[in-house]
Amino acid sequence: MIAHHLVDDLLIDYAAGILAESWSIGVATHLALCPICRKRLDDYEGIGGHFLECEEAPSSDAGDWNDMLARIRSSKPDAAVVPTRSADELLPQPLRSYVETAGGLKWRKLPGGAARMKIRTSDRKATIMLLKIPAGQSVPEHSHGGLELSVVLSGRFHDGNALYGRGDVEIADGSITHQPIATTDAECICLIIMDSPLKFTSRLVRLIQPFLGI
Amino acid sequence: MTISLPIETEYCSIPVAIAKSWRLHVFNGKALPLAESDTGLDRDRLNALIAAVAERQDVEAFEILYKHFVPKVRSYMMRFSGDRVIAEEMAQEAMLAVWKKAAQFDPARGQASTWIYKIARNMQIDALRRGPRPTFDPNDPAFVPEDVEAADIEFDREQDAERLRAAVFALKPDQIDVLRMSFYEEMPHSAIAAALKIPLGTVKSRIRLACEKLRSALKENQK
Repeated sequence: MIAHHLVDDLLIDYAAGILAESWSIGVATHLALCPICRKRLDDYEGIGGHFLECEEAPSSDAGDWNDMLARIRSSKPDAAVVPTRSADELLPQPLRSYVETAGGLKWRKLPGGAARMKIRTSDRKATIMLLKIPAGQSVPEHSHGGLELSVVLSGRFHDGNALYGRGDVEIADGSITHQPIATTDAECICLIIMDSPLKFTSRLVRLIQPFLGI
Repeated sequence: MTISLPIETEYCSIPVAIAKSWRLHVFNGKALPLAESDTGLDRDRLNALIAAVAERQDVEAFEILYKHFVPKVRSYMMRFSGDRVIAEEMAQEAMLAVWKKAAQFDPARGQASTWIYKIARNMQIDALRRGPRPTFDPNDPAFVPEDVEAADIEFDREQDAERLRAAVFALKPDQIDVLRMSFYEEMPHSAIAAALKIPLGTVKSRIRLACEKLRSALKENQK
């Protein structure tokens, strides 16, 4: 059961089409897994539907029905697709397409057993990556220069306050210092988006931070 | 079936032309939302027309839908492409998508105009290549679908869509403006600030406040 959902600000910006690409991937990944937040999105999109109905067009504008008729006569209705569901699929769309474009899932090892895969987007302002934390291990304690969004894809982590599992979202900013720890039963894979480098508490970690790429 | 929105705003002195553009009818000093049936196509009728297209490719039904929506969709497209010819082409393509995807419309999930709005929006995003808009795919194996909903939950969703419309009507004009500019015209906050000549921070807080009011209006009616 997903317990941690998207904050309204993110969902509002996403619904209004102004959320940058990297953050949108994070939001869309959660939405793929969360019917509750999709319902919230539906409500916001209802605003768009309302304004479409309110469009006052000149009564002389009846469109071009003959052209429309020609188009529908030379088209076929979309076939109804019956989707198959798979519990084994780690990466929901649209994330999976980004990883496939990058040549598939390729982990780069980090000190301590963790691993990451950076994902390229056209958005230069934010970093987006997959992070794999071994069972029972933690990301070193850190705060944030900007905003950090995490979506759990597999396994679970605990951040000192609560447990996060598949689909759960954690959003953290400079006011939060935390140390997410993967539970001991399985490794934890997360999608992470951030707009500034992490601020590690440990001086040693800060020294090697440029090599970690996080 | 006539659907009228049960909202009355207080006495207001808005000019009639503006009232009309907000779909309000000024009567004895009170502003009342125009009943949906004034447009000749209420919710049930729209749903029935789309179903006719989905089930038997009913061209006459589609013609009614087309004539109702294409002027609105053209106006919508004109907001994103100043070129009339391109806007009309995008509107035709959007209505063609309505024809082809009719079987995918589920009236229990929301209103027809919202569904058509989303088709139109995806069309203009793709056509004008304003940048990728990462979105989920309901046919993706990893997608978690809604549980099969009980009939009463389905009914609630339909009611929610109506309540949302009513709640938008009940907002103050400056809140309606920012909602329209952000959610519908997809203007960046800076552009909204420039258009309304207000500070950037005010744009964001006004949008937030408007959304809070909409959410609490939805919750109110669930009591």
